[in-house]
Amino acid sequence: MRHFPTSFAAVVALAALASPTFAADQPSDPQIAHIAYTAGDIDVKAGQLALEKSQNKAVRAFASDMVRDHKAVNEKALALVKKLNVTPEDNGTSKALSEQAAQKHDELSKLSGAAFDKAYVANEVAFHKTVDGALETTLIPSSSNGELKGLLQTGLKIFQGHLAHAEHLASTLK
Amino acid sequence: MRTAFRCAAMLLALQIMSARVGLAGEVVKIKITDLAFSPAEITIKEGDTIEWVNEDFIDHTATANDGSWDVAIAESQSARLQFDHAGTSKYFCRFHPDMTGTVHVVAGK
Repeated sequence: MRHFPTSFAAVVALAALASPTFAADQPSDPQIAHIAYTAGDIDVKAGQLALEKSQNKAVRAFASDMVRDHKAVNEKALALVKKLNVTPEDNGTSKALSEQAAQKHDELSKLSGAAFDKAYVANEVAFHKTVDGALETTLIPSSSNGELKGLLQTGLKIFQGHLAHAEHLASTLK
Repeated sequence: MRTAFRCAAMLLALQIMSARVGLAGEVVKIKITDLAFSPAEITIKEGDTIEWVNEDFIDHTATANDGSWDVAIAESQSARLQFDHAGTSKYFCRFHPDMTGTVHVVAGK
């Protein structure tokens, strides 16, 4: 059996959200909240790993931005679910994301120096592309609560900036 | 007598301080909302102060492209910077480089 790289597997998990099969069974608000929170938490942990391992100034600055912004969005999401009295609901997509992120974390942990920097930033590009796509095509259109939808829309704007930043950074790494 | 002199000196000092505040120019606000400076381009006079009001729930900065100034603006907070010299500064947010703005400072009154 062929073993796909975990970043590819993570892309598949989120991309599945936009598939016709999933569209017939749209995620509920508690599931959407959990998927969005999980994706944010994955990127916080990836950023923290980069801050532990990287010596590259630009990569460290980018990682700090990721930790700061994703933590802020997740804090806002937690405050919102509390206000709405909603319990975030674990689901297949968030479980798959967590498992694949753990594998990716292990892969990255084994790298160092320029190899780590390149792999971390490449994964950030792929991850943000996928998360942005899932937000645009499924999570935002499927959310029924106006405040949740608004938070996801603001999140998308922030993450689109992250993607542009990551792509620019990737182009500067040798 | 000595107390009266001290009071008069303090009053004089206060008057001088207020006169200086008056000369410091106006405070002009720039809103930060949905990851954008608004207005993105602004013209002020020498001695005016810009107050960036961050209405987002994430931190931002206003940082001159040439690195000559850097203002941190925490989420839901404001921060100020006085511009004493005429000229044009282009700036951006260090955390979100897509956010950009321009300040034109023209010679005073």
